Amino acid sequence: MTDILVIAELLDGKARKTTHSAINLAKQIAAGTGGAFDVLAIGDGAKAAAADLAGFGARKVFATQIDGGYVAEKYASTIAALGKGYGVVTVTASTYGKDLAPHVAAKLGAGVASDISGVSVEGGTLTYKRQMYAGNVFGFVQLTTAIAVVSPRQAEFEPAQPSGGASPVEDYAAAAADAAAARIEFISLEQTAKSARPELSEAAVVVAGGRGLKSADGFTNVLGPLVDSLGGAMGASRAACDAGYIANDLQIGQTGKVVAPKLYIAVGISGAIQHLAGMKGSKVIVAINKDKEAPVAQVADYFLVADLFKAVPELTEAIKKARA
Amino acid sequence: MKILVPVKRVADPENANKVKVAPDGSRVTTDGLEWKINPFDEYAVEAALRLNENAKSAERLGETIVASIGGKDAAQTLRQTLAMGADRAVHILAEDDALDSFVVARALKAIVDKEQPDVVVMGKQAVDGDSNTAGQILGELLGWPVASFAASIETSDGGKSFIVGREVDTGVLKVKITAPCVITVDLRIVAPGSVKNGATPAEHAYGEGARYASLKGIMAAKKKPIDEQPLAGLGVDVTTTTKYTKFELPPARKGGAKFVADVNELVALLKSEAKVL
Ligand SMILES: Cc1cc2nc3c(=O)[nH]c(=O)nc-3n(C[C@H](O)[C@H](O)[C@H](O)COP(=O)(O)OP(=O)(O)OC[C@H]3O[C@@H](n4cnc5c(N)ncnc54)[C@H](O)[C@@H]3O)c2cc1C
Ligand SMILES: Nc1ncnc2c1ncn2[C@@H]1O[C@H](COP(=O)(O)O)[C@@H](O)[C@H]1O
Repeated sequence: MTDILVIAELLDGKARKTTHSAINLAKQIAAGTGGAFDVLAIGDGAKAAAADLAGFGARKVFATQIDGGYVAEKYASTIAALGKGYGVVTVTASTYGKDLAPHVAAKLGAGVASDISGVSVEGGTLTYKRQMYAGNVFGFVQLTTAIAVVSPRQAEFEPAQPSGGASPVEDYAAAAADAAAARIEFISLEQTAKSARPELSEAAVVVAGGRGLKSADGFTNVLGPLVDSLGGAMGASRAACDAGYIANDLQIGQTGKVVAPKLYIAVGISGAIQHLAGMKGSKVIVAINKDKEAPVAQVADYFLVADLFKAVPELTEAIKKARA
Repeated sequence: MKILVPVKRVADPENANKVKVAPDGSRVTTDGLEWKINPFDEYAVEAALRLNENAKSAERLGETIVASIGGKDAAQTLRQTLAMGADRAVHILAEDDALDSFVVARALKAIVDKEQPDVVVMGKQAVDGDSNTAGQILGELLGWPVASFAASIETSDGGKSFIVGREVDTGVLKVKITAPCVITVDLRIVAPGSVKNGATPAEHAYGEGARYASLKGIMAAKKKPIDEQPLAGLGVDVTTTTKYTKFELPPARKGGAKFVADVNELVALLKSEAKVL
């Protein structure tokens, strides 16, 4: 029997969808071991977020209000204090979870399985599946410590759906912050302009552009209409982000976001190993590239060899027609 | 300031798709692959060198120490970073298989206790295990604050503090962090204007990426000291927290690319065959 504590990820006083992926993992572990899961909403706006999270079947939802912006040094002590009563502590492998998990683990003397894409339970033993070497090897790992800290990939764990019922919500008093908190101070979170498009990690269709688009204008005026014709999200390669064509937080890959949509269209992207690591779990992959030797061919289902500046507007029109 | 930069040697990341798994699944084999410095660690070395120099006058402002925990051959990686401009190196001899992020962090803590650097600048993630954990664990063991995923670093308070732009999912999260501290770096820390130390003129633009070793640097590196000692000699707990029970190659994507003649054929296939439109 393993009890799990899910750490909710809060943004602007609300739980991000990542939290629902972590709940999905918690439910899998609880079902496999006969345990139960609780949720901790921690940060600014924790109370309201906790109330929102009460409908997912948790045994309990805790709320710890912490003012000011996030730094791990102000959160980890509280999470560890509560977490020591559990077998698994989980927070999604967003940048938030990836930053926070090892802090919590170190305090608990717990091993960490980061960025996992699956879990299996056998005789009460949990084995986590992780992608290593930019997704070129799956490792199956067990943690030898009493407590495990785990961060699941959002793209691999469907968001849990509300299951009705209302978990009791309880305040949990914040523990004293780390001494190190005196030497780190949150200044600001400059959020990238919100777009009307779906969030990258949640979209059913992702259209990603690379260096081949040549400019910010290419992203806005050539790629944009295709994205919108499909109701999809826009993504990018590192090269496109580095060149300033598009916001950094749309980077897909080993070091960017991991996506697994139904349809992924790579436009003017060569398909470097680090890029493939973030999208090769997509169901159907289309590549549009003028170079038929581009390595993206290794993962593409359909490959259109063409000049994107001609093909993309044509494709946009054809899709509009097909969907009309 | 005194900066410690931990660096790891990894199988060539550009050829990670050639990594294999032993037939019984017991280990990952990298036969035939070259060994390279973990790219994020190369970026960390670059960031540390930028923090510790006046790029205009070529004056050095502090000492940059590199450290690696690994087999004999890790010395080559250390030599490479010495050639880039680091001053000296510490090599903790250990078998890669005997390490996990906790053992690495405990070993690094022992080095920090001895060397007393102001800052540890390190990669956010080693691209073989893709764990992204050692830096934060090290901070916890030291009781030092950690700014992870740094895409920009600017010194303030005369070099005692740093304004760090952390690249996060939703944008850029800025923190002010005071030494002694740990900073882990992300890709864009090596963009031309990402590191500002108050000494290098603000208008100085670095090239994209990490610097190459000059011939002079390579010659100089041969004379720079590498302090080598076994992991066992550090007196740290070497129990790992992880047990890998097996490794597998991911299933290959079926088929391979179907080349389509034009947009119309593509749309038709997406509709009738892939059923995604
Ligand atoms: C540590 C590390 C981590 C990294 N992490 C990531 C990551 O997370 N995500 C990521 O994406 N990259 C990452 N990279 C970078 C990666 O190695 C590649 O450099 C990058 O993905 C290349 O981007 P690209 O495909 O847009 O550019 P390029 O490789 O330059 O490819 C451009 C492509 O566009 C095509 N093209 C050009 N013009 C046209 C046209 N008119 N019509 C049609 N096609 C055209 C070309 O044929 C070419 O295939 C990482 C690298 C390192 C070292
Ligand atoms: N064996 C090692 N020797 C030196 N530094 C290491 C080693 N392993 C990991 N590191 C450092 O820890 C960072 C994060 O690694 P990881 O947590 O394994 O992804 C790397 O970028 C390195 O800076």
